[in-house]
Amino acid sequence: MRREPARSLSDHLPVIFPALMLLVFFVIPFSIMIAVSFFQREQGGFYTTDFVFSNYERFLSAFFGGVLGFSLLLAASVAACCVALAFPFTYFLTCRTRRVQIAWLVGLLSVLSLSEVIIGFAWSTLFSRTAGISNLFVALGLMDQPTALLPGFGAVLTGMVYQALPYTILVLYPALVRLEPTLLEASRTLGASPLRGFFNIVIPALRNTIVATLIMVFVFALGSYLLPQILGRPQHWTLSVLITDQAIYQSNMPFAAAMAVFLVLISLALVGLTLLVGGRKDLTA
Amino acid sequence: MTKDIRKTGVSRRTIVAAGLAGAGVLAMPTVLRAQDRSLKVGVYGGYFKDSFDKHIFPEFTKVSGIAVESIAEPTGEAWLVQLEQAAKAGRAPADISMMSQVAMLKGQSTNLWAPLDLARIPNAGNLVDAFINKYPDGRVAGIGAVAWYITLVSNTDSFAEAPESWAVLWDPANKDKLGLLALVSNSFLLEVTAKTFMGGTAALDTEEGLLKALEKLAEVKPNVRLWYRDEAQFEQALKSGEIPMGQYYHDVTGLAAADGHPVRSTFPKEGGILDSGCWALSRASAKTDEAHIFIDYMSQPAIQGTMSRKVGTAPTVKRDLLDLTSEEFAGVSSEIDPIIPRYDLYQTKSDWLNQKWTELIVG
Repeated sequence: MRREPARSLSDHLPVIFPALMLLVFFVIPFSIMIAVSFFQREQGGFYTTDFVFSNYERFLSAFFGGVLGFSLLLAASVAACCVALAFPFTYFLTCRTRRVQIAWLVGLLSVLSLSEVIIGFAWSTLFSRTAGISNLFVALGLMDQPTALLPGFGAVLTGMVYQALPYTILVLYPALVRLEPTLLEASRTLGASPLRGFFNIVIPALRNTIVATLIMVFVFALGSYLLPQILGRPQHWTLSVLITDQAIYQSNMPFAAAMAVFLVLISLALVGLTLLVGGRKDLTA
Repeated sequence: MTKDIRKTGVSRRTIVAAGLAGAGVLAMPTVLRAQDRSLKVGVYGGYFKDSFDKHIFPEFTKVSGIAVESIAEPTGEAWLVQLEQAAKAGRAPADISMMSQVAMLKGQSTNLWAPLDLARIPNAGNLVDAFINKYPDGRVAGIGAVAWYITLVSNTDSFAEAPESWAVLWDPANKDKLGLLALVSNSFLLEVTAKTFMGGTAALDTEEGLLKALEKLAEVKPNVRLWYRDEAQFEQALKSGEIPMGQYYHDVTGLAAADGHPVRSTFPKEGGILDSGCWALSRASAKTDEAHIFIDYMSQPAIQGTMSRKVGTAPTVKRDLLDLTSEEFAGVSSEIDPIIPRYDLYQTKSDWLNQKWTELIVG
């Protein structure tokens, strides 16, 4: 089939609409943010239109470097945990009957209807000393007395993995469902164990999907600001939490914008680097 | 008379025309709306707004004929930012809002608050002078709505004895047991530190004094389980005993205790933190008349008394004008000399303080 070149306006329409949406809801707001990041902060007030670098200068310090480093580490951990859990799960899911698959997918989709606030408060109750799961362990005789499992890094990680897992599975599912079953059958006839088949056939065949999913979850987790606040200590606050503080509580829009621009640039750079490394491997392979 | 009317003769056509005109009036909502006066009022969400909706606003509507639509506003300066952004676009998400002192000062810097005319608010004369918020040039930016205390709160199941001093926050026995406000500009913990250990808030006049207070405050960190921005987060944990001690609002804690929760609010011997909220009118609002009527109504001693009894706030009206019994007054206020926040610092040194504070608690 040959694709006809677009001639009339109606041919262009399907492209124009998303392009317009992207312009109105992404390009314009992002440009405004970049502009604001160069404005002059007025202490005890708001800001005045200007072109200064002081907002970026304030950000370039060991303190904010540390917070940025932690945010990246947290997002990377969430991405790694999610893919490590979701990939085998989704693989086994695709081996089930269609009915079972649909039931699981509907269940996962319904988890997406929970807001971040509900997820945060639910986990903070589950991890609490007074009403949490440690009481269950005490009843089962596994623990002596109930303890609080939050605030801490583990609690933040659990909450964020819980939130991102359904997305991860839904992104991996189409690729795994389309995986050629004959590849695995061939490996079985050649004497490979199912485990070996999984690691030597399934994972390499879907390497690009896995990398793309990692990047998606990483970017998704980088923007999280509520769960680190509810489930973590101040040292577990991400850069997004500090951006919120500046924008909402200190009314320091220029500094908040500068931090946000920096965060976007860093994540774009990391995504670019990952793709670059992935691309090289493709050439050598 | 009847005869005369019959003589002039209202023709059937006139009646039909009048009827049509009447129907036309009914069908024209704009004409009706002129009589249907309303006002959007922002108050802090939660217990606070519920109490206002239940005990204060319906009476006001009954007396004035102005319907009140209450808007739940978030604490701190989040609402200020929203009001400012909206005013730039010529919109007012609320006509009148209850604003804290720090937010009032910040709003002044951009002329966010429409100047109020005291001549149209005769009851403003009842207020303690300090509760009339003015621009540097003397224009009135806001009128004191309510005052409130931030006190030392504890769970009665976990602490049988009420604590006596803010110094318990530093007690190593309270490791990992405290909930404190997360921001320098709403926790006022520097003032608490200065009053408790440095002889008064005047110690914060110099940068050296501020650094000393920050250093002392750093010793509290191991005791803090939660630095909260969102009140609901701490309130729930305090009630359940998950986080059994901390700083919180005296009024809300009183309401929770009245509901049967095992919590108490104590005025420490160094005093509670006295903060207050002003009624302020957004410059983007077109409801100037209604706003003045509303503020005048709220400044009456009788209404201030009702708010103290029902909402638990401290009055902004002079004590001798109020009909509160000394017992009722003691319930919402205290004879102990309060800690007055150093609002000037959050104006002149806000970024420096914020940076030091964030490094203190995050680092």
